[in-house]
Parts: sequence; C-alpha cells; structure tokens
Amino acid sequence: MNAAAVKPKIRIATTSLAGCFGCHMSFLDIDERILPLLDLVEFDRSPLTDIKHCGPCDVGIIEGGVCNAENVHVLREFRKHCKILVAIGACAVNGGLPAQRNHLDLRDILEEVYQTDPGVGHGGIPNDPELPLPLDQVHPIHEVVKIDYFLPGCPPPGDAIWKFLTDLIAGRTPHLGHGLLHYD
Amino acid sequence: MTDVFNLDGKEVPFTPGQTVMQAALTAGVFIPHLCYHPEFKPHGSCKLCTVKVNGRPATSCTLPAAAGMEVESNTPEILDKRRMLLQMLLVEGNHFCPSCEKSGNCKLQALGYELEVMTPHFTHFYPDRPVDASHHDVLLDFNRCILCELCIRASAEVDHKNVFALSGRGLKKHLIVNAESGRLADTDFALTDKAAQVCPVGVILPKRVGFAVPIGQRHFDAAPMSGHVAEYVPVAPADQGERK
Repeated sequence: MNAAAVKPKIRIATTSLAGCFGCHMSFLDIDERILPLLDLVEFDRSPLTDIKHCGPCDVGIIEGGVCNAENVHVLREFRKHCKILVAIGACAVNGGLPAQRNHLDLRDILEEVYQTDPGVGHGGIPNDPELPLPLDQVHPIHEVVKIDYFLPGCPPPGDAIWKFLTDLIAGRTPHLGHGLLHYD
Repeated sequence: MTDVFNLDGKEVPFTPGQTVMQAALTAGVFIPHLCYHPEFKPHGSCKLCTVKVNGRPATSCTLPAAAGMEVESNTPEILDKRRMLLQMLLVEGNHFCPSCEKSGNCKLQALGYELEVMTPHFTHFYPDRPVDASHHDVLLDFNRCILCELCIRASAEVDHKNVFALSGRGLKKHLIVNAESGRLADTDFALTDKAAQVCPVGVILPKRVGFAVPIGQRHFDAAPMSGHVAEYVPVAPADQGERK
C-alpha cells in the first residue's frame, strides 16, 4: 500500500463574516495550483462545500471582521474546532471597510439608511427575528478570539495566499516578504 | 577629522556634529524612522529610530555620534519594540489602507511591511476625527495623523506661516489648524507650501488626484523603505546639528 495514500489530508474550514468574499475570490486566483493543493487538503465548512457547520479541523481561515451576533457565534465555532485559526484580509485583521462606521452611532446609521434616506423607500429598520443583531462597532477577529496567523491585504493576492498555505502545510512559519505583504 | 562608531558590528564613520541616524544613513545603513526628515531638525518623537547605545536605549535621530559608541539597531529585541510602536500607532488612529490615497507611498505602511507587522495586535480605538475638506486644493484627513509634527515644522520654518500646531495632552493630543474657525480654508495655506509635501502618512492630500498611480508602480512597491536610503541622507551632513 502506498504510504502517501493513507496520509490523512489537512482539513480546512473557511468562512466570510463581515467581509465581501473578495478574499475567497482571491484564493481562487491560485488557479490550477488548486489541484496539487487538493492532494494535500480537504475542505470542511466553506462556501466552496456548502457544509453549514464546522467539524474538527486543522486550519480555519476567517475572512471579514465581526459586525453582528451571528459573526461572533461562527467565529467561536471555528475557534473551538480548528487547531490553527487564520485571519485573512484587511477586514479580519483590522475591521476594514465595515469598521469605518465605528465612529458613528448605530441607531443613527440605521435610521438614515432605512428611514430618512430616500434610497430604500422608508421601509423602517428591519426587525425580523431571524436577522442577527448588529454590534455597536465592527471588530477585527483578534479582539474576540485568539488568532494564530494573520494574512493582511484587500484582498491578499492569490500568490500571497499560496505562499502562506504552502508554508503552513510544509510546517514552516508562513513568511510573505516584500511584494506579497500588502495592507491594501 | 573622521571618527567611527560601531553599528551592529559594522564601523560607521561620522563627522563631528552628525547624529547616529545621519551617519548611518550617509553610510547607507537604514534605520527605521517616521518623524525624521533630512531637511529638518531632528525631533525624536516617534521613537521608531530607537537604538541601543552602550546598552541604553536612545533615539538615533537626536543622539550625536561619538567615537567608540557600540550601537545596536537591527536586533530581534529592538525590532520587536519597533513593531510594537507601529502597532500602537495603527490602533490609535484610523488606518484603512485600501481606501487611502497615500497607500503605497506611506511611510507608516512601508515600515509595517519592512518590519513585517502582520496584525495591529492591540484593541483598536476607532477615534472620531472629522476630516477638513474646506480648502480648495487640499484635504486634511486627521484619522491618519501620527503626530510627527513635520507639517508643523515645515509650515513654521520653511513657509513661515504657522498653519499647524498640536493641541491637547496625552491621548487627547491632536493636530489643529491655526485659524479662528479651525478650518484650513481660513488660513493662507497653499498646495505649493513645504508643509503640503512632508506628511509621511495620508493626512495632507492634494485634491483631484485620487488613486492616480496604479498598484505596482507606487513609491514603496518597487523596494521597501530600506531600499530608499539615499532619499533620507542629510543634504549637508555637517550643518544639520546646528540647523534651527
């Protein structure tokens, strides 16, 4: 029996919290390198698999910051089940674009968007019980759970994600260096 | 007469009156800095250029070089401290690089890359700092101010206009505009002023420029800050210490 065939694959879960899925799209920019990657890893909960809840995983990759109660639950689920948790992208690292509402009062924002601004047709602030409650501020994920690695960028380029993942899978400390490390 | 001191095991020559920073840069050795500028009197406030001299920390931009000094700069201990300073700057203001026109040309960002700051680490302040868009040619975005006082120094010493100042103390310290109204439009500030050109971050921005230079061609895209040492070398090394 081939020893390589029985070597268990590294199990990875990914999600987007208060993000735009741009980091997931950038991950797909690794292009055909996804094929050798899939020889080494398998995906648990992820927009790529549509699995709804995270099981025991080696690596969890989180895009986006925390802007509502559901984000907090999902983030804690990932922290509970993943040995290594990675913040990917500007929003997960420092709150990013959604956090630019942080100096404004949440009620004022909701009233302006749903009541006074003509764009949404004065429908009133949505209050369906299925909608997760927004937090007063958007937080980067390291302010909520312990994060093991950070991969900044808006989004990080596919090459940076590839470098990061191949380093991590090979057991090296991920290192990006000039040209791959970007905050924008 | 030229003397030497030791910087990370390398002999660095200096002329009397030069600071450790000036001598190092002249010798082609990069020391991280934000409030230092080759055309202005050293300020010593950002602390990024902190080195250890004979075992004691000191700001290399203000410390006069002396023969026989043992200076440590590029050591894990000092790099960790510099990283922490950058992280504290990053959480104290609102530094959202993706939506900043200075991105790619910003020294705070470039030093973050240089020192591989992967996370702001601390809890963000997310301060409320309204922008001043009153001036016809220039936008002031106070969210990014790191209090280096370069615009203050330039406006006072070169432009002789005293447009900027710092107000408040401690956490409440902030950049203000010297006008009754507090608005930049009510000063004689002009886009051609030296003060409009020295901001190391994205506070003082010319209007109607936007993201003119594509990613990949911006100042720090080609080389990190340490690759631009020649730009920071003092123009007339011997006079720098005397300059007011």
